[in-house]
Amino acid sequence: MSENKIGREIPDYIENIGELKPYESPFAYQPTTRKFGRKISKTVPGQSKLLNSIEEAIIRTGLKDGMTISFHHHFRTGDYVVNMVMDAIAKLGIKNLTVAASSLNDVHAPLIGHIKNGVVTKIETSGLRGPLAYEVSKGLLDTPVIIRSHGGRARAIESGELKIDVAFLGVSCTDIYGNANGYNGKSICGSLGYAKMDAQYADQVVLITDTLVDYPNVPASILQSDVDYIVKVDAIGNPEGISSGAIRLTKNPRELLIAKYAAKVIEASGYLKPGFSMQCGSGGASLAVIRYIKEKMIEDNIKASFFLGGITGSSVELLNEGLTKKLLDVQDFDLIAAKSIGENPNHFEIDASYYANPHNKGCAANLLDVVILSALEVDTDFNVNVMTGSDGVIRGASGGHCDTAAGAKLSIIVAPLIRGRIPTIIDRVNTVITPGETIDVVVTDRGIAVNPLRKDLIKKLRKTNLPLFTIDQLKEKAEKITGKPEPIEFGDKIVGVVEYRDGTIIDVIRQVK
Amino acid sequence: MEIKTAATAGTLESSDALISVEPNSKNGIEIELNSSVKKQYGKQIKKVIIETLNSLGVKNVTVHVDDKGALDCVIRARLQTAIIRAAKAKFNWEEDDAKCIN
Amino acid sequence: MYKLRRTMMFLPGNNPAMVKDAHIYGADSIMFDLEDAISVYEKDAARLLVYNALKTIDYEGTETVVRINGLDTPYWREDLEAIVRAKPDVIRIPKTQTARDVEKVEKVVEEVERKAGIPVGTTKLMAAIESAMGVINAYEIASSSKRLMGIALSAEDFVTDMKTTRSLEGTELLLAREKIVLAARAAGIYALDTVFSDVNDDEGLANEVRLIKQMGFDGKSIINPRQIAIVNKIYTPTQKEIEKSLRVIHASEDAKKKGLGVVSLNGKMVDKPIIERARRVLTLAKASGLSIDEGGEELV
Repeated sequence: MSENKIGREIPDYIENIGELKPYESPFAYQPTTRKFGRKISKTVPGQSKLLNSIEEAIIRTGLKDGMTISFHHHFRTGDYVVNMVMDAIAKLGIKNLTVAASSLNDVHAPLIGHIKNGVVTKIETSGLRGPLAYEVSKGLLDTPVIIRSHGGRARAIESGELKIDVAFLGVSCTDIYGNANGYNGKSICGSLGYAKMDAQYADQVVLITDTLVDYPNVPASILQSDVDYIVKVDAIGNPEGISSGAIRLTKNPRELLIAKYAAKVIEASGYLKPGFSMQCGSGGASLAVIRYIKEKMIEDNIKASFFLGGITGSSVELLNEGLTKKLLDVQDFDLIAAKSIGENPNHFEIDASYYANPHNKGCAANLLDVVILSALEVDTDFNVNVMTGSDGVIRGASGGHCDTAAGAKLSIIVAPLIRGRIPTIIDRVNTVITPGETIDVVVTDRGIAVNPLRKDLIKKLRKTNLPLFTIDQLKEKAEKITGKPEPIEFGDKIVGVVEYRDGTIIDVIRQVK
Repeated sequence: MEIKTAATAGTLESSDALISVEPNSKNGIEIELNSSVKKQYGKQIKKVIIETLNSLGVKNVTVHVDDKGALDCVIRARLQTAIIRAAKAKFNWEEDDAKCIN
Repeated sequence: MYKLRRTMMFLPGNNPAMVKDAHIYGADSIMFDLEDAISVYEKDAARLLVYNALKTIDYEGTETVVRINGLDTPYWREDLEAIVRAKPDVIRIPKTQTARDVEKVEKVVEEVERKAGIPVGTTKLMAAIESAMGVINAYEIASSSKRLMGIALSAEDFVTDMKTTRSLEGTELLLAREKIVLAARAAGIYALDTVFSDVNDDEGLANEVRLIKQMGFDGKSIINPRQIAIVNKIYTPTQKEIEKSLRVIHASEDAKKKGLGVVSLNGKMVDKPIIERARRVLTLAKASGLSIDEGGEELV
């Protein structure tokens, strides 16, 4: 056991994972290896890639016990692919697999059964939710899950730390040779930014679609030269779960208040100038920030150079109204965004490495001016937890949080000071996903705290009438109202290791009792 | 105060608590607590309930609490309401006011 | 010091989610309702919730008002017995018809203050006028008690009493509004306007606020946090008004320094009401976030 630079205890070695490097600082780690290369294969003319069933595809790939398979999460809670593939794998009697999904959510609860039956023994993911997350928190797996950010997963894939044997990628449409995208078809998701990584690096790639189109289906997000097999099924997912209809702008007065404060912070910071860039989460307060910023942009004739993310109809609106030049899109959250990426050349699909990999020649996050992020918990060192609830149970995802916080010039957390009776700002978060030194401002409905490292921001914000407090004062404010929560009891077993984007370990997740 | 019948106060809305009280055949105070924040505040909620029952002089009661993240003052208010309804009595403002630390 | 009462936000006293953080939205006053928003079966619950909330929660300086039940109900006495002890800033009396109504309430408030060891006179009162008779008696109501800090128009019940309906133009409220402002000014207290109930009609609200501000009202009752910004914006002084007020204040301070009894600006005499208005304007300006250097320069 050793303590990393933010005071979290990290084991030196974990069985089935290997040696762990403790986190030092956002940009300390110097990569030394080369890019990993997949096994080269041969395909001759006349060979068909089209197979009749998922089962056939699994057999043809030669998937064996102990291998690593991967999935993307562009279909969100409407995904059918993971469960369909896992069921087929289980029926074939294959065991001991590592599931490396870009993220998992509530609908992937059937994985619990596969874990209990020994089909799956390791999970690597950005996030876990629902019953699966609860069971993992209670200690379902023998080997801890590996949590990576979106940038971190891209890094791990490119470096070979995460070697994928077979990638099973759901796509909205593909031709018979594997040119695929996510913006045409019955169930569209828009960008396939996460899937593009798997398509380029997995030893074998299986596309699963419900819509076959004429050859050549170009321009394409996934290229034929990366695809081994294609299976057509009735449905790859539930369209309503994949991309919701236009996300309605919140009317919740608390979210609007937080958004107003955040918008004022951005304006006072000086970063809102012509050619600026921004990323917003998809939560109510985040999206409302765009609404208030938009007013100022129109008033002062300020156009953004790009919006990054995590794209919703709100950003598409900005693009269509000429308020931003481009959208750099790794994932779409609603139908408007999913459609726009297929129609507008200024709405550009990027892969997860381009988005946020710290170990390439420069990711988009490096050029962000402002990012708006959420938090389940923030501590008095400004460390942020978006992974586990106040009860210690896993219920979130690392996502692009630590990536964009590190890259952006101004990282803002928006969150209510208290949720129900649970304080958001506390002494020590249950799980650190993003280290405090990359977080600049915390905006709550009851006050705003600026990281003491940003004396320049403190000076600027003091000139406004925003309610400024120290982070300790905000914590005390919360506690005064809610009372001090009892500390959560954790078991000794480690159920998750949290990688920072550079592959070092920033925290571990312990079993809840 | 003496609880004569069963009575309820509050709602299941967020930040509220639905509190039901009834006479306890077994004598003494029994508390059944369901709470969305049981791990973090279960102890504190029970403390508030017992303090409130003591200040009202209620000795034999079964209290069912369905809590949705209510603050202490809300728990107290809902319990006080349920008690005076169950006791068909008037609340003694003078006495309560005198006991308050605030 | 002119206390800002641009917005008085109504909330049902039986709603814990609203009661616990009504003050975070920036309303100048928040009003916990025990009357019309509460069903007869929940009067006891609302009373206890507001009582406990006022005693426990730190409302961080926002003025707290409680609307008790009317004098024609069996609840009002116990409302006072409970609420006065919880020390809200103001008790709002609904459906005030005569000065006698205010005196009745004041008597009970004083009794409870004495019993509770609260300095007599601490709890202020305000009277809501909701009927034709109330409007006619506006001045006697407004001057009925030293505790009375303001009178308000409650239009819903008023227009029913007048056998008409509410309109966006407000024709049916013209006289009532005028009389209430007149009475308030003559008695030296605040005048507050009625609720605008369509929370989705920003334009309609703005028009009404412009009208009542011009009439002289100090502020308006609101029912949703999103109305706060709209009301405050209209009550925010213009740059011109701010500059003029700063000149008046400087002239007044200048005269004081020189020991002069008369304040003059640009050759004209500036008397007390003008100086007070200037102070009000600067208070409103500061509240809306404009930073004003009273040392002689304006920094925005």
